[in-house]
Amino acid sequence: MRQAVTLKAALLSALIFLTLLGAWQLATRQAGSAAQALTPEQQEYMKLMGKDPGAQKASGFPTPAQMGSTVARHLSQPFYDNGPNDKGIGVQLGFSLLRVGLGFAIAAMVAIPLGFLIGMSPLVHKALDPFIQVLKPISPLAWMPLALYTIKDSSISGIFVIFICSIWPMLINTAFGVASVRRDWLAVARTLEVSPMRKALQVILPAAAPTILTGMRISMGIAWLVIVAAEMLVGGTGIGYFVWNEWNNLSLTNVIFAILVIGVVGMLLDLMFARLQRMVTYVE
Amino acid sequence: MRLVHPRDDGPQREEQGKLERPYLQVESLAKTYPGAGDPVFEQVNFGIERGEFVCIIGHSGCGKTTILNVLAGLEHASEGNVFMDGREVAGPSLERGVVFQGHALMPWLSVRRNIAFAVRSKWPAWPAARVDEQVRRYVQMVGLDQAIDRKPCELSGGMKQRVGIARAFAIQPKMLLLDEPFGALDALTRGTIQDELLRICADTHQTVFMITHDVDEAILLADKILLMSNGPRARIAEIVVNTMPRNRSRSTMHHDPQYYRIRNHLVDFLVTRARDLSEGRAPASPEVVRPGLDDEPRSQAPVAPVQRIA
Repeated sequence: MRQAVTLKAALLSALIFLTLLGAWQLATRQAGSAAQALTPEQQEYMKLMGKDPGAQKASGFPTPAQMGSTVARHLSQPFYDNGPNDKGIGVQLGFSLLRVGLGFAIAAMVAIPLGFLIGMSPLVHKALDPFIQVLKPISPLAWMPLALYTIKDSSISGIFVIFICSIWPMLINTAFGVASVRRDWLAVARTLEVSPMRKALQVILPAAAPTILTGMRISMGIAWLVIVAAEMLVGGTGIGYFVWNEWNNLSLTNVIFAILVIGVVGMLLDLMFARLQRMVTYVE
Repeated sequence: MRLVHPRDDGPQREEQGKLERPYLQVESLAKTYPGAGDPVFEQVNFGIERGEFVCIIGHSGCGKTTILNVLAGLEHASEGNVFMDGREVAGPSLERGVVFQGHALMPWLSVRRNIAFAVRSKWPAWPAARVDEQVRRYVQMVGLDQAIDRKPCELSGGMKQRVGIARAFAIQPKMLLLDEPFGALDALTRGTIQDELLRICADTHQTVFMITHDVDEAILLADKILLMSNGPRARIAEIVVNTMPRNRSRSTMHHDPQYYRIRNHLVDFLVTRARDLSEGRAPASPEVVRPGLDDEPRSQAPVAPVQRIA
């Protein structure tokens, strides 16, 4: 029964995909066929005016076939490096993932211990709450000028922006998870005279782990959204810079390809955290 | 001057001929929650001897769980003291095992690791093999060998509560505190676990303090039943001695003529007298009664007190 539903859903997905592809094909072909409606005299006139109707097809929106060949070209050679403006998609992705990974890891190292502290101490919670409430809604990119001015390194500024955007969900979720650990489990730890360190690591951490992982998953989602924008700003390397660079080259096929890659990688990152989340989830 | 001892003189006292405290001694305990005017309970005095099984019965809200938490060291009383084995109870301790109302097992650990967590807390220096041996012994004691590697969510309510009991016994505490451990179980399961608990306590000579709402459960398990009047200003109004032999069992208990005398006494107390004795009208030093064997004790108690005793 469930398999049948899965199969039907897969068929439906394939159908939607093919429909979209067909619509795309039709839409892009019409742009090309507009040139055939003109008489040769009209075409020549347009060429004289600098509006070559034949060339319109090349610089316009790509057809699925053109897209396919671009995808194949990129995927067949993902790791080449021909200087600053011509790097393989794998290299660009690597730079982006490295920045996200570093910023995210530093954020986790700060947010999880701090979240523990906030969750365990109502005093610290009350004291830090105003700061968190003010800092949380700030768009991470708003920090960019300040980061560039103080750090003076565009690459590290990118990492800083990832850090600042991924810290909040982790911090808030950790604090919430730690604060809502069931009193019973803490009472058990107290009657067993468990040391504070052992209580934190063996009772509170596993009890709050699902909530903490949810925070990490949200953070990773935001970090992957922000890295593209950040790299468009700072330039140099990364998938965001690749998009911006190809836009400047007016290569829409490459832009579309990059968009697809960003989506797929984002999905894989989310899947990874979903799996981690499943590992620490418990049924009460 | 304060009256420290309940009237039940322990055997030790007669033997040694001097003032000897019972194993666990509760002295004029009171608890007032912040913001509330009257204390929930006050002047709570009682003692538990080594190896004794004591149940406390009373209506909801009279502070039974608070008393148990104070004995466990999880809560502080507003007034009064608790002494165990000659030392004051100041905080939670491995000397007192607690079985919680809602089992309180850690759902991310298997049965084995839940109990091992407790065993390792008590004996941190033990090697893994020794810990596991202790764990398996106590899992076996509650008859859960088959389920030792299952998570709590894969167990029935009765099995979970058994694990909770095994965990409390596994640290070999001087005293066991049970907070209405069978409240959430169906009658059949409850009966089975009651029998098990009775057997285990008889084998280990465990000292037990238990909260219950179930009159029959108290008669089956307890040597002494503390009756609490209603709150606010609840007190231990009476101590009922279970005069039935200790080898009583669930299946034959109701054939003993004493059973109904005790049962009627308890039910009468809960239905009418608990309310009449509320708001501090119960004596500070509870009377010890043996239903059916004493001359009518109720004639001495105030039947319908008119005034609050301030």
